[in-house]
Amino acid sequence: MAYFLQQLINGVALGSIYGLIAIGYTMVYGIIGMINFAHGDIFMVGAFIALIAFLAVLSIGITMIPLALLIVLVIAMGLTAVWGWTVERVAYRPLRDSFRLAPLITAIGMSIVLQNFIQVAQGARVKPLQPVITGGYEFFKDGDFTVIISNIQILIVVTTLVLMTVFWLIISRTALGRAQRACEQDRLMASLSGVDVDRTISLTFVLGAALAAVAGLLYLLYYGVIDFYIGFVVGIKAFTAAVFGGIGSLPGAMLGGLVIGLIETFWSAYFTIEYKDVAAFSMLAVVLIFFPTGLLGRPEVEKV
Amino acid sequence: MAEPGTSFGPRLKSALADSLLAGIIAFALFSLVLGLRTEDNVTGLTLQPRPVLLGVAVGIVFFGRLLLNLFVWQAEHPLTTPFARLFTRDVFDKRDVTVLGGTSLVAILGFIIAAILDAPAYQLIAVAVLAFIGLGLLRRAIVQMFPDLPYARIFVAIAILFALFFPLTSYALEKAFNLGLPLRYWFDLSILVLTYVMLGWGLNIVVGLAGLLDLGYVAFYAVGAYTFALLATHFGLGFWVCLPIAGAAAALWGIILGFPVLRLRGDYLAIVTLAFGEIVRIVLLNWTEVTNGPNGISNIPKPTFFGLPFAAVGDNTFSAFFGLKYDPLQGIIFLYYVILVLAVLTNVVTLRMRRLPIGRAWEAMREDEIACRSLGINTTVSKLTAFATGALFGGLAGGFFATRQGFISPESFTFIESAIILAIVVLGGMGSQLGVAIAAVVMVGGFEALRHTEGLQSFFGEGFDPALYRMLLFGIALVGIMVWRPRGIVSARSPSIALGEAKAIPTDLVNEGRA
Repeated sequence: MAYFLQQLINGVALGSIYGLIAIGYTMVYGIIGMINFAHGDIFMVGAFIALIAFLAVLSIGITMIPLALLIVLVIAMGLTAVWGWTVERVAYRPLRDSFRLAPLITAIGMSIVLQNFIQVAQGARVKPLQPVITGGYEFFKDGDFTVIISNIQILIVVTTLVLMTVFWLIISRTALGRAQRACEQDRLMASLSGVDVDRTISLTFVLGAALAAVAGLLYLLYYGVIDFYIGFVVGIKAFTAAVFGGIGSLPGAMLGGLVIGLIETFWSAYFTIEYKDVAAFSMLAVVLIFFPTGLLGRPEVEKV
Repeated sequence: MAEPGTSFGPRLKSALADSLLAGIIAFALFSLVLGLRTEDNVTGLTLQPRPVLLGVAVGIVFFGRLLLNLFVWQAEHPLTTPFARLFTRDVFDKRDVTVLGGTSLVAILGFIIAAILDAPAYQLIAVAVLAFIGLGLLRRAIVQMFPDLPYARIFVAIAILFALFFPLTSYALEKAFNLGLPLRYWFDLSILVLTYVMLGWGLNIVVGLAGLLDLGYVAFYAVGAYTFALLATHFGLGFWVCLPIAGAAAALWGIILGFPVLRLRGDYLAIVTLAFGEIVRIVLLNWTEVTNGPNGISNIPKPTFFGLPFAAVGDNTFSAFFGLKYDPLQGIIFLYYVILVLAVLTNVVTLRMRRLPIGRAWEAMREDEIACRSLGINTTVSKLTAFATGALFGGLAGGFFATRQGFISPESFTFIESAIILAIVVLGGMGSQLGVAIAAVVMVGGFEALRHTEGLQSFFGEGFDPALYRMLLFGIALVGIMVWRPRGIVSARSPSIALGEAKAIPTDLVNEGRA
């Protein structure tokens, strides 16, 4: 029971990170109907920017951890957002009216570019970081097994909840959110009604990348080690989460993230850890085949 | 941005503004990830500033964009027009002649200066520029002299003749005159290229003809390779027995993996096939009892020439039987012809299948699946046969790969491999057999050329390792070519069937990949 509870906590923390990345997939898919294959790698770039910014902030003498992390958060979100904007501008915008396969190919190309750029610029070896946030609370004791909620897990869940709320408000209350939902429904009609479609799509990528940067920072703090390859598998899982929750739906992405995080954690805890990615990939296939609209998505009506 | 045709002052101003913005963005992009490098130390990670590198990167973006703005994008007469005009039948005007002549002159001068300064890399660039202009002019001259020749057919005929006779001729020349040619390397490279041509043609059946976007094609390649390797090493079966079994096993897996995805379309289909590809790789990696896990399978036997092995010792070897002197190149030339036959087989089967009802059903399904179903075409059978046929050729290529390498491990079957094959198909112009072949030659050849760019080292210094930049340049090229020519190299194609005379149709009228 205690073991189960511990895995539940771990799964929720992991799922929150997946959820944050899944939002980027779900927003982009909702608005231009393409899988932004490079989004997982944007997350990886965000994690690297966070790592470097953190080291830089420490080296200029800011040692108060909360302040340092806040600065790092702002820097990482800002710079990763520029990466997200650039990827869209360079690789997707010129192909917006081309056939559907074209942006998928450039997305794969961009994914390769980002991975190898980081590998060339920062080296292929894993980058370890000493634990920054330590400690935790004993939550529950069962025999000799103690369930611990660590501070970093609390930080992850709280940050995710706060950001989710902020994003929910942006999408539902602001002019940008309205423009975004309009583009999602009908891009041509939206542009006829005075919505700047290009700008809205760019901002979608910027927002998605900023959230991916947060996820990157949290991932770095949680696992304490990153390399240039983390984006691929994490990206696939986050995409699964987005589909599972219902593509285009913000709460769906979060819910999907939690489910995927829990499945992965429990699979590793009770079955074989080598096959945890197989579990995630099979989950992806099963979800896409049997519940293509996801938990909270709208069914797609096919017009002939 | 100023429109072309406005006077120089405003144009310079707008070009500067645009380039400055690009420079600022580049600075934001590169500031941390390129300007600071994380280094492992005993005390943990430390940062090492690299201001020069950052400056160079931002400078390249700024000045590159400034030059492009001034001379191409916002220019009244873009500098690129004369070069583009090289490849048309338009008449040159004075400006074109000046630009082309001036460029040639600069290239010749550069070549001489580089020769004096002993900088072979710059000489190479000058030669490339001159060759580009020279070949363009030559092509123009030929086209103007004989405007009505069927150039595409001539090109194909030359390519086929070259593929048929290249190894034997070069081998004979080498033996006769002892030229010291790097034949071993040439043959290995040609075999690699032909393997990718075959894989491209195989995937073309699924993606180009049936319009089913498959990102996990490497799974079938892997199934073929492992089937071959396991049969050959455990049961001692020969090449010609194992190869068809490898193909059949892959085709079976094509059907097995095809069943669940019948209902999916477009991007969703792509992502599920990607997941299948990864699952196959992870299983191969972890199912140690059968596949030997990450250590792979080694000592896979080489093919024999109708029972005669290519070996140095023994009475019943290929060289002994034909009374030749043993040479390891004989075996490699044999492998070359095996993969050539396999690739040609793929092509012939595809071309014939396009004329069968099933091939027409594939192409119809690609254009409009719903219309297909309402006309009574069984889309389930059509999709499964497409998957199975594509997988069959992937499996055959995999079996060949296993026997050629003699060693396979899950490392050879990563997602990137699927991406390369798909890129070959898409960049070639989906559905075009010729385009796929050209794309395979260009991609694999270019990829390989990057391995041997000692010249680049004289640009970037001794510490420069071109192999490290291969994938980066591959990615940039993939994005660049796609943005430049989304429809691929051969962007027109003749319909498989037509009423009356068959006219080539541009691919933007073809809906491939949509369904």
